[in-house]
Amino acid sequence: MKVMARLWFLAVMILGLAAIAMPEDDVSGKLTIYVVNYPLQYFAQRIAEAHATVAFPAPPDVDPAFWNPGVEVIAEYQRADLIILNGANYAKWIDKVTLPQSKLVDTSASFKDQYIPLANRVTHTHGPGGDHAHTGVASTTWLDFHLAAEQARAIADAMSRKRPALRDIFESNYKALEDDLLRLDRDLKAIVVSNMHEPLVASHPVYQYFARRYGLDIKSVHWEPNEVPTDEQWLELQAILREHPARWMIWEGAPEPESAATLKSLGINSEVFIPQGNTPAPGNFLTVMRQNADRLRLVFSK
Amino acid sequence: MIESFYIAWKYVTYNKLKTVILIACITLIAFLPLGLQRLLTESEQQLLSRAVSTPLIVGAKGSALDLVMNTLYFGDEVPELISMADSQALMDSDLALPVPVYVRFRARGHAIVGTTLDYFDFRSLKVAEGRGLAVLGDCVVGATVAKRLGLAPGDSLISSPDNLFDLAGVYPLKMRVAGVLEKAHTSDDLAIFVDLKTVWVIEGLGHGHEDITKTQDSTVILRRTETNVVANAKLEQYTEITEANLDSFHFHGNTSHYPISAVIALPRDAKAGTILRGRYLSTDAINQIARPKDVIDELLQNIFRIKNVLDAVIGLVGLATVLAVILVFALSLRLRQREISTIFKLGCSRMTIARLLAAEIFIIVLISGVLSLAMMAVLSQFANDLVRALFIR
Repeated sequence: MKVMARLWFLAVMILGLAAIAMPEDDVSGKLTIYVVNYPLQYFAQRIAEAHATVAFPAPPDVDPAFWNPGVEVIAEYQRADLIILNGANYAKWIDKVTLPQSKLVDTSASFKDQYIPLANRVTHTHGPGGDHAHTGVASTTWLDFHLAAEQARAIADAMSRKRPALRDIFESNYKALEDDLLRLDRDLKAIVVSNMHEPLVASHPVYQYFARRYGLDIKSVHWEPNEVPTDEQWLELQAILREHPARWMIWEGAPEPESAATLKSLGINSEVFIPQGNTPAPGNFLTVMRQNADRLRLVFSK
Repeated sequence: MIESFYIAWKYVTYNKLKTVILIACITLIAFLPLGLQRLLTESEQQLLSRAVSTPLIVGAKGSALDLVMNTLYFGDEVPELISMADSQALMDSDLALPVPVYVRFRARGHAIVGTTLDYFDFRSLKVAEGRGLAVLGDCVVGATVAKRLGLAPGDSLISSPDNLFDLAGVYPLKMRVAGVLEKAHTSDDLAIFVDLKTVWVIEGLGHGHEDITKTQDSTVILRRTETNVVANAKLEQYTEITEANLDSFHFHGNTSHYPISAVIALPRDAKAGTILRGRYLSTDAINQIARPKDVIDELLQNIFRIKNVLDAVIGLVGLATVLAVILVFALSLRLRQREISTIFKLGCSRMTIARLLAAEIFIIVLISGVLSLAMMAVLSQFANDLVRALFIR
């Protein structure tokens, strides 16, 4: 009897030690997710809640679309369980680094056919390859909130594949996020419907998907909010205004007072619609977008 | 008894040439079949272990052997190419994890293997020095490559031109050695690993150059219109990817149509593997799916058929050698008649003479045996590398 008891004790000890030595179960641990912009971080965190750590390592003062991570940060991306990409040529650094293909999730892959090609591209020719252009497609897909919901769908699906046991939680969280995004979508439609054909000028060419979804007539210049436009840039705007009599300019961020004043003298008011590619100082994606929508009410009120 | 060995030893050391020839003949006859068997066993083991650990390979229809040898052992024969879309199709099927591989180019005699990071996880390859692949233009070299070429992290390695006669072809790319892999005792030790995108740069599908739409150097511009700028051959394309010019590197067209040589398919389970194999059975399918184990088994059967012929030849040569050795001893007995009669006169029996001769044969066979064992030990030590150098490459 004593021998049996000792054997049982030994067996329990061995199993205990084995349990300690076994690595964490791959399909039940907390996910580590790396993303390439803030909207994706917000979507991923809302869907995963506490079941994932969602990292977006770009410094807060850079445009993530043009950011280039260092080797150490690339190594962090490589170690993640999932790497969430925006697609549509966003974050061009992706093409120049090595990332594990099995972990990549292109959130806009399902609507590739809806990408908007960039206008005014200049092709160039050299060597045997023939003409080719270095510009591609517009990339701020999430400003079409319907497409944003599709991107969130892709994130939820990828998480469920990684953690099948948490599928119900991810689905339920996704539904709540989708409701929020589609409500925003409906609100924006309601805001613009009264004056949809109002010609607008955007300070930066980032509103293509936004304009298409909500039927807006927007032409873009290439200005930075924190820089006063040069004479050449003013001339470019005046040329646009001759064919496109806009009364409003939509800015990515609050413009320099001098820029706003000069625009006012031309009969153009300024309003801000933040695309929010990077992390907002206060608030989150939804609060920023609701504030954007509220500011647009003024633009589209007759 | 000791005396017989003493006299026999004196005899074999006095007749050096005869002894050396006899020892060489017996050693070779003993070593050849054993050595051949050892090499074949090693090659079977190496070929099979890698084949068994690789469940399925998808490639263009054609020689399954070329496809498997190129994908597993980075052989010189490049199979017909497929595209990244085929790899993506596998991913989309959700039946298997695809690991695309592009083995076509070489650098200083070693295969450049373009792949994704999943390959390193799949083969359990670990970095011994430096770091893994991170940026376009990085390469990670196998342990043997690093030793042979004297490479360490921070060094550079230039890809060999695809075709020496294509003067207008693609420039070689100077790659940065980011790391050296731990020895894996497989073909991976002999390879140079890069990201697929880096291979496409080597191939010329991606490149970097100054922005010719903004360049101030009018001598590189052949023609400029509002929508197109045509550069001439003076436009410098970068042959090394550095931090300064990394942003200028770009790929033309849709990268999903870019070439790869094969996709290693890692099915989610046995059922998924069977379903996947079924999808490539159709005669309309432009690709094939190969089970490396089946292909290598077939190859080994052919090798063993050749081995049987070799065994028969070695057997006949061995028999002839044994007969020749008997003849040598019979003839030496005649030549040693005077010596034997002297031994008789000294009072020795016929048995003593038989013991002397037996001791001579024993010494020669013993030395041959020891030499054969020593050669087998040396062969076993290098069998791994030798098999890869001679048979697998």
